[in-house]
Amino acid sequence: MTPPKVLTARSVEEAVSLLSEYGEKAKFVSGATDLLMQLKRGEAVPECLIRLGEIRDLDFIKYDETGGLRVGALTTIVEIANSPLIRGKFSILAQAAGMLGTPAVRNQATLGGNLCNAAPSADTAPPLLVLGAKAKIVGKEGEKIVPLEDFFVGPGQTILGQDRLLAEIQVPNILAHSGGAYLKQKRRQGADLAVVGVAAWVVMGRKVLNDVKIALGAVAPTPIRAKKAEGILRGRKVDPELLEKSGQAAAGEASPIDDIRGSADYRRELLAVLTKRAITEAIQQAEGR
Amino acid sequence: MSEIVLKINGAQVEVKAATTATLAEVLREELGLTGTKMMCNEGECGACTVLINGEPILSCMTLAIDAQNKDILTIEGLADPVTGRLHPIQKAFVERSGMQCGVCTPGMILTAKAFLDENPDPTEEDVRHALSGNLCRCGNYRRITECVLDAAEKMKTGEKDEK
Repeated sequence: MTPPKVLTARSVEEAVSLLSEYGEKAKFVSGATDLLMQLKRGEAVPECLIRLGEIRDLDFIKYDETGGLRVGALTTIVEIANSPLIRGKFSILAQAAGMLGTPAVRNQATLGGNLCNAAPSADTAPPLLVLGAKAKIVGKEGEKIVPLEDFFVGPGQTILGQDRLLAEIQVPNILAHSGGAYLKQKRRQGADLAVVGVAAWVVMGRKVLNDVKIALGAVAPTPIRAKKAEGILRGRKVDPELLEKSGQAAAGEASPIDDIRGSADYRRELLAVLTKRAITEAIQQAEGR
Repeated sequence: MSEIVLKINGAQVEVKAATTATLAEVLREELGLTGTKMMCNEGECGACTVLINGEPILSCMTLAIDAQNKDILTIEGLADPVTGRLHPIQKAFVERSGMQCGVCTPGMILTAKAFLDENPDPTEEDVRHALSGNLCRCGNYRRITECVLDAAEKMKTGEKDEK
């Protein structure tokens, strides 16, 4: 294997221009925790690595009342997990960030890296999907904002293609009486990839759930929304029977595989249970807000 | 190959290494700092942990070129450089048999140092959580946790003595 050539981008423009120059032979690298693994295993060795770590203006957490939350793609996972702002207002995201990898991995890994590697088990994806996040993408032709739901194409694949960069994630401001929870089933207490991850987000009305969103990780080729499960609960008064139905629906919407972390059947069983629990926790949080 | 300048344990060093060399490889193979251990070499075990700007990172999952212009602390730099006096965590590991085979020890101690610097008064649960990314293949977790708690105590009283 020829080791890749390493280039350093010092601005978003330079990164995009280098990427379009090298095309599919190049790959962006930030924290490198996923990429180095791929290199060491000889999977997907690119001809050229473009380092993004020195682009300081993609490392930020910003918030305002109208625009909501904006997180730069090069923000580390630990910054997200520890941000008082995210812990307060978007706690489901901080919660998931705190469950990603080990403490040392969280110090290196970035939000953009977690999303662009597009692992079905990416921990930051389900919370961002239920929060209605959007991705700001920059390319030669300019920038555009796309719903994160449309960002993932398959395992390891996103809509970015060979000439675009994920610059930031935008999350709309949260509504009153809303709450969320991310539950991650692992094989052990310490660091592990999710066997199943479930994020739930609810907006409480007087008697009924005004809105509900559910997203699932590690049970399909990409992180997915469970829209049938949501539909069962939306506008309804939640009771155990309805929760059970919703959990079953989520299990039905997934297309899990058998792997070292669990069988497809086990994952479906888990989904039914974790979806119920995540909704219940989200409601509890909403009621406490 | 590229020319890399690293600041390790307070000293500036220049080293030639492959552009994709990891920090762990450079530390061990180019600079002879073999206190940093490489066990799984894929980010699972924490044995290669070093501190960058005071925070634990996995040197086997870090490109050496990304570690430039930052303060790197390896286990060799933890004891007092003048007196050679061990850090309280190192001392606790010696006195309370915190190591068995020793491979996880440098990573454990450095992770614990970064943790205690920010959390001087931890519970056992806090310590276990902080060390959750460091695997001990001998299964010596109970003693390791005791060592860190003991060191935390000593570090607190030590501070009082100085005042």
